[in-house]
Amino acid sequence: MSQPSENKNPARNKAMTLIALALFVSFLWWAQSHLDGYKIRIINLIAINAILGLSLNLIYGMAGMFSLGHAGFMAIGAYVSALLILTPEQKVAMWILDPIAPWLPGIHAPFIVSLIAAGLFAALFGCLIAMPVLRLGGDYLGIATLGFSEIIRILITNLTPITNGPLGLKGIPSHTSLWMSYGCLLVVLICMTRLMRSNFGNVLRAVRDDEIAAKTMGVNTFSTRVLAFTMGCFGAGVGGALMGNLITTIDPKMFMITQTYSLLMIVVVGGLGSITGSVVGSVLVTTMLEWLRFVENPVTVGSIQIPGVPGMRMVIFSVLLIVIIIFRRDGIMGMNEFSWDRFFSFCGRALKERGAS
Amino acid sequence: MTPTKSGDAILSLNGVTLRFSGLVAVSGVTMSIPRGSIVGLIGPNGAGKTTAFNVITGFYKPTSGYVEFSRAPSESVRLTGLPPHKVCKAGIARTFQNIRLFNNGTAMQNVMVGAHLRQRGTWWMNMFSYAFPAAAREEREIASGAYSLLERLGLEKYADSPASSLPYGAQRRLEIARALATKPSFLLLDEPAAGMNPQESAELLDFIRRLRDEFSLSILLIEHDMKVVMGVCEHIWVLDQGELIADGAPNEIKANPRVIEAYLGKEAVAHA
Repeated sequence: MSQPSENKNPARNKAMTLIALALFVSFLWWAQSHLDGYKIRIINLIAINAILGLSLNLIYGMAGMFSLGHAGFMAIGAYVSALLILTPEQKVAMWILDPIAPWLPGIHAPFIVSLIAAGLFAALFGCLIAMPVLRLGGDYLGIATLGFSEIIRILITNLTPITNGPLGLKGIPSHTSLWMSYGCLLVVLICMTRLMRSNFGNVLRAVRDDEIAAKTMGVNTFSTRVLAFTMGCFGAGVGGALMGNLITTIDPKMFMITQTYSLLMIVVVGGLGSITGSVVGSVLVTTMLEWLRFVENPVTVGSIQIPGVPGMRMVIFSVLLIVIIIFRRDGIMGMNEFSWDRFFSFCGRALKERGAS
Repeated sequence: MTPTKSGDAILSLNGVTLRFSGLVAVSGVTMSIPRGSIVGLIGPNGAGKTTAFNVITGFYKPTSGYVEFSRAPSESVRLTGLPPHKVCKAGIARTFQNIRLFNNGTAMQNVMVGAHLRQRGTWWMNMFSYAFPAAAREEREIASGAYSLLERLGLEKYADSPASSLPYGAQRRLEIARALATKPSFLLLDEPAAGMNPQESAELLDFIRRLRDEFSLSILLIEHDMKVVMGVCEHIWVLDQGELIADGAPNEIKANPRVIEAYLGKEAVAHA
C-alpha cells in the first residue's frame, strides 16, 4: 500500500534542520559575548513572546477560542515564579504596605521548579475559568476572558500580603539567559509540533472548523476545548515567569490588556493556526515595537520642534495591523507551516524564474 | 417484510415527541428498524425528518418518549439523554444534509478525526511518543486505517487535498468515510443524493448497498429523490407535520393515498 507522505526527503530535511539549529546556536553564542545588554534583552524577548504567542495561538488559532485573557495568566505565572525564587530576606524587606503572609517567606524553590510551578498554577486557574466560560462562544468568550484577566490583575493589586500589591516585586534574580529562553522555546516548539501533528491536532482543528460535525464524530468538544485552553494557559504562565525573570521586577501594571494585544498582534500577523507563523510574528512584532520607539522621542525638523508623544508607536502599530487585516487577512504564514520541501521548491522556482528572465 | 416491535431491531423509537414551545416538531413517532436493513424516512419539506435524526443523534432531547439502540442482539442502550459524542461512541454515525466537513483539513485528516473516538492513546502520549511506542503504533495504524478507508470509497487520490477542494460527490463520500471511521453499526444518511445528477444517484444505490454489506451496517436514510428511496429501501416510514402517516414496503407506500395526499394535496388523491 502506498502511503501519502508529506516528507519527501527525510534524511536531507533532518540534516538541514540540524545545520540550521547549529547555526542558530552559534549565533546565540556570538550574541552572548558581542551584543550589548539592550540587544540581548530584545533577543530574549523575541523568544518569550514566541512562547506566549504560541500558547495564545493554541487557544485562538488552533482551537478557535477567541481569548483576551492571556495577560492575566502571564501575571499568575510571573508572580508564582517570582515568589518562589525570592529569598526569605528579600521578601521580608520588600513588604512595606502590609505585613507579609507568615507562610510566604518560608517557601523557596530553584528557578526550573518555579518555572514549572508557574505553568501549573496558570493552567489550574485557566482550567477553573474555562469550565464556566467556554460554554460561551465567539465574541462573548473574548469579553468574558478579558474580564477574568482584569479580575486576576485586580486581585493581585489588592492581595497585598501575598503579592505586595501595587508596589510589585523587585530584585528577582535574572535567570532568563538566552540559553534559558531559547531552550524553553525549543521545548514548547517540539511539544506543539508533535501535538498538532498527532491525531489530537486533527481533533482540535476539527472542533475549530465545525463543532457540530466534531460532536457527531464522537469528539467531546467541551473537554477538548477546556484541555486546549488549559495547555495554552500553561504556556502563558511559563512565558510570564520568563518575562519576570528577564526584567527582574514585576508589578500588576505590566499585565494590562495592552500586553494581550501585542500577543494577539503576534498571532494574527504570523497567521492564526500556524506554529511557524507565531515565531515569525514574534520576531517581527517584538523588533518593530522596539525599533518604533524613535517616534516617541522629541524630533527637531529644521526650526520646528515636535515633542515626543508617548504611545505613538502603538498608533503606528494599529495602522500596520489594519493594513495587514485588509491586505493579508490570513497573516504571513496563513495556516501553513515551514517545511524544507516547500522551502527548496520555492528556491528552485525563484532560481528558474531568474534564469528565464 | 414487516418489522415487528419485539423482533431484532437495531434502533427503536418509542413514542418520541419533541416540542419547541408551541410547535410540535415530532409527535409520537414509534418505529423499529430491523438489524442489517436499509430503510428510509421520507416526507414533505418541514415534516420533521432531520429533527428526528437530531433526536436520535442526541442533539435534541425528546420532550417525551425514548430511543433505544442495540449494537449487538443481546444488548441494548437507551440513547435518550446522551450527548452526541456518546451516541456516536455507542455506534451511531451520521452525515449532514448540507455537507459538514472539516474544511481546513485534508481528506485524510477528516477521516482520522472519526477514528479518534476509539483511540486509546492520549494527547500527552502522542506528544512524547518515544516513551509510548504503543501509542505511536496506534497513531500509525489510524493513519493507515484512514487511508485504506479512503481507498475503499475510491477517495485515495484526494488523501492530501483540503476537504473543501474536493468535487461535490467526493465530499459526500468523504463525509460517509469519516462517519465509517467511527466504526458504527448504524448509519444515518441525511439526503445522500442531494445535488447529484441522475447518473450519480444511480451509482449511489449500489454504493449504499455495498456499504451495508461491506461494513455490516444498518442504514436509515432521509431522501427526496424517490428513485433512490424506492430503489434501495426495504422499508419506508413517512412523516408529515411531525407525525408518522404510513410505513411499509416501497410498493405499499407508492400506492398509499395518505402519502400521495401529503405530497401532492387532496385533489391528487381524487384524480388517482
